[in-house]
Amino acid sequence: MELSGGQIVVQCLKDEGVEFLFGYPGGAVLHLYDALFHQEDVKHILVRHEQAAVHSADAYARATGKPGVVLVTSGPGATNAVTGIATAYMDSIPMVIISGQVSTPVIGSDAFQEVDMIGITRPCVKHNFLVKNVADLAETLKKAFHIATTGRPGPVVVDIPKDITDPKIKIPYKYPKKITMRSYNPAVKGHTGQIKKAVELLLSAQRPIIYAGGGVILGDGNKELIKLAQTLGYPITLTLMGLGAYPATDKQFVGMLGMHGTYEANMAMHESDVIIAIGARFDDRVTGRLTEFCPYAKIIHIDIDPASIAKTVKVDIPIVGEVKSVLKDMLELIKDSEIKTNPKALAAWWKQIAQWRDVQCLEYDRNSGLIKPQYVIEQLYQVTKGDAIVTSDVGQHQMFAAQYYPFDKPRRWINSGGLGTMGFGLPAAIGVKLAYPELDVACVTGEASIQMCIQELSTALQYKTPVKIINLNNRYMGMVRQWQEFSYESRYSHSYMDTIPDFVKLAEAYGHVGIRIDKPEEVRSALEQAFALKDRTVFLDIITDRTENVYPMIEAGKAHHEMKLRVALGTSTDRELA
Amino acid sequence: MRHIISILIENEAGALSRVAGLFSARGYNIESLTVAPTEDPSLSRMTLVTRGNDDIIEQITKQLNKLIDVVKLIDLVETPHVERELMLVKIKTTQETREEIKRTTDIFRGNIIDVTAHSYVVEMTGPSDKLDAFVSAIAADNIIEVVRSGTTGISRGEKGLHL
Ligand SMILES: Cc1cc2nc3c(=O)[nH]c(=O)nc-3n(C[C@H](O)[C@H](O)[C@H](O)COP(=O)(O)OP(=O)(O)OC[C@H]3O[C@@H](n4cnc5c(N)ncnc54)[C@H](O)[C@@H]3O)c2cc1C
Ligand SMILES: Cc1ncc(C[n+]2csc(CCOP(=O)(O)OP(=O)(O)O)c2C)c(N)n1
Ligand SMILES: [Mg+2]
Repeated sequence: MELSGGQIVVQCLKDEGVEFLFGYPGGAVLHLYDALFHQEDVKHILVRHEQAAVHSADAYARATGKPGVVLVTSGPGATNAVTGIATAYMDSIPMVIISGQVSTPVIGSDAFQEVDMIGITRPCVKHNFLVKNVADLAETLKKAFHIATTGRPGPVVVDIPKDITDPKIKIPYKYPKKITMRSYNPAVKGHTGQIKKAVELLLSAQRPIIYAGGGVILGDGNKELIKLAQTLGYPITLTLMGLGAYPATDKQFVGMLGMHGTYEANMAMHESDVIIAIGARFDDRVTGRLTEFCPYAKIIHIDIDPASIAKTVKVDIPIVGEVKSVLKDMLELIKDSEIKTNPKALAAWWKQIAQWRDVQCLEYDRNSGLIKPQYVIEQLYQVTKGDAIVTSDVGQHQMFAAQYYPFDKPRRWINSGGLGTMGFGLPAAIGVKLAYPELDVACVTGEASIQMCIQELSTALQYKTPVKIINLNNRYMGMVRQWQEFSYESRYSHSYMDTIPDFVKLAEAYGHVGIRIDKPEEVRSALEQAFALKDRTVFLDIITDRTENVYPMIEAGKAHHEMKLRVALGTSTDRELA
Repeated sequence: MRHIISILIENEAGALSRVAGLFSARGYNIESLTVAPTEDPSLSRMTLVTRGNDDIIEQITKQLNKLIDVVKLIDLVETPHVERELMLVKIKTTQETREEIKRTTDIFRGNIIDVTAHSYVVEMTGPSDKLDAFVSAIAADNIIEVVRSGTTGISRGEKGLHL
């Protein structure tokens, strides 16, 4: 089969089994777009901004486990994609981003719409390629998919100059079935000796805790994680990125840890004597002040990326390998081990944890007469029977969603954790809905975040992706306002917008349903109505208590046992903002 | 402590900038860096001298290993090794100083590879501290130009860094 470069790209995507290509055309990719015309296998989703193309594809990847694929033009198309690429990079999401480039003879001449995409994206990709010869195209794309989806996943950029896709130059096409690279061989199995040591330490623990993260979801190791936790009977906490890797409604789950984690999770971390970290990277939002991090604990750390181990926190037993494989090996060893867990110590530990739970750190004022954001999320959970895929933007609403929507399954909670990219939520919801048309998809957002990719309402109409937008409208950049309240004596410097659009009219202008809710008693019925409108995108603009804060909170420079809790119930509602 | 990290890397356009970019992005320091293709033209050998405590060096080697183009690396300081640097120094000469400079060059086993009425170019190889010593043995006023390649090195014994 003789194909042009443009046709080769499309054929490679077909051979990779790519369902959706999120993109936006322009001069440098016109040959490619021509090759996309008159074919149905790869469905092109035309976004309204390249950043959204990347977020949609990224969320598709998070929800399905398959790589997300993007096509953008050179210059401004490429730079618009960069925020999305960095977002995927920070959360280790498998993606292939194809960017157009000016023709090879003019590269470096400041040609029209030329940017050094390879240079710009180098620090925020797992790898990138500039294709300089059409004969290398198929193999390069194969490598890109291979690198993106194996080891620690991540985005890979393939920059393709226009002349490489020239329809006049045709060459024989063959897509490599497999690829081996001498410089890239990620570990799979963990070191047997290390695993053995880890199991011994784990079984002899008195106050153990399992701390698992996004790596469990990325590596599809949730079944093994559940097995491990339930075999041992140990408490388990999850990072923001790990939510859903272990059922949140199970009694062994003590909640999320870290800056806005639960009292019980953070206290249990602080007091523990053995921690097993599984696919989690000791992020600064999780550890708090490093010098006081888990002072009594010996730490086991399982991660596929050696560079994640001992980066910020020293560990006692490092294990480099895939979660799934390492946990399987551990479970085998535990089964045959002569050492058994210590039921007496464990009972005392659970008793201590029960006392921490009694603090009820997530309780909030239910009688304020105002719509509490927490209440909205609780109702969302009930209306969707806990079975929706929830995407979010960045801010207080994101934390409320994480705290008050217990996720029992992996790949149901889709958010930007590492980069914290406002604007992620809506395009993410669209990407997810394309992957799972039959599931309820909710985008929990704030009135500031939603405006960063609001134009995607138009994409949602074109591709009939009926997502439900839950706008927790507190008329503030709430998360910023909260920090200003705590750390800047309530000087609310530019964390407020005087002109917030009429979201109902906006939604209607884009061809969707808009509903504004400002009474607590309307919340439930509005949510029911929204989800009953199966084939419509619904924008719920919910006017929430503008003074609400996210608790607990470990403020900057504080340790796990120094959480700020909601002072006294009821005090937050009547208070005037200074 | 000073470390000499010797890297076998795919000889691809941009491989050098990946390494340099990694160091600047993560705030690691590079004292010197040398690169050239090996006997296998598809591979380059890079020698990088850096400083840092054990934790930083551990992160540096892990992050370098994580680069897709990096095939293998070793920290030469951890094994018996030899290290060499090449230096070219252009020195101002006068009738009176010529003999003295020549003698010093001989003591350091350097070669004079260019001579004009008023200058010498001295070529010298050796460990970096020997080159430092030579430079300080020449009166600063007389030095016109110093060019150094940066350290390169190799482990002792029959084992080598290859595929
Ligand atoms: C406003 C805001 C507030 C936040 N507050 C919190 C908070 O309170 N608590 C919190 O936890 N986070 C919080 N975050 C998120 C935080 O910034 C980090 O993104 C998050 O903690 C990282 O999660 P993780 O450790 O699970 O790592 P991830 O970023 O999910 O990384 C996964 C790790 O697993 C490894 N891995 C990947 N695949 C595999 C595999 N197959 N096998 C083994 N290992 C694998 C990777 O190498 C990596 O080390 C907040 C973010 C924002 C924006
Ligand atoms: C692109 C981007 N710019 C700035 C920030 C910093 N930031 C974090 S949260 C936040 C406010 C978000 O406000 P809103 O969407 O209304 O959510 P709320 O906190 O009020 O729930 C800002 C500005 C960010 N995370 N991303
Ligand atoms: Mg807000």
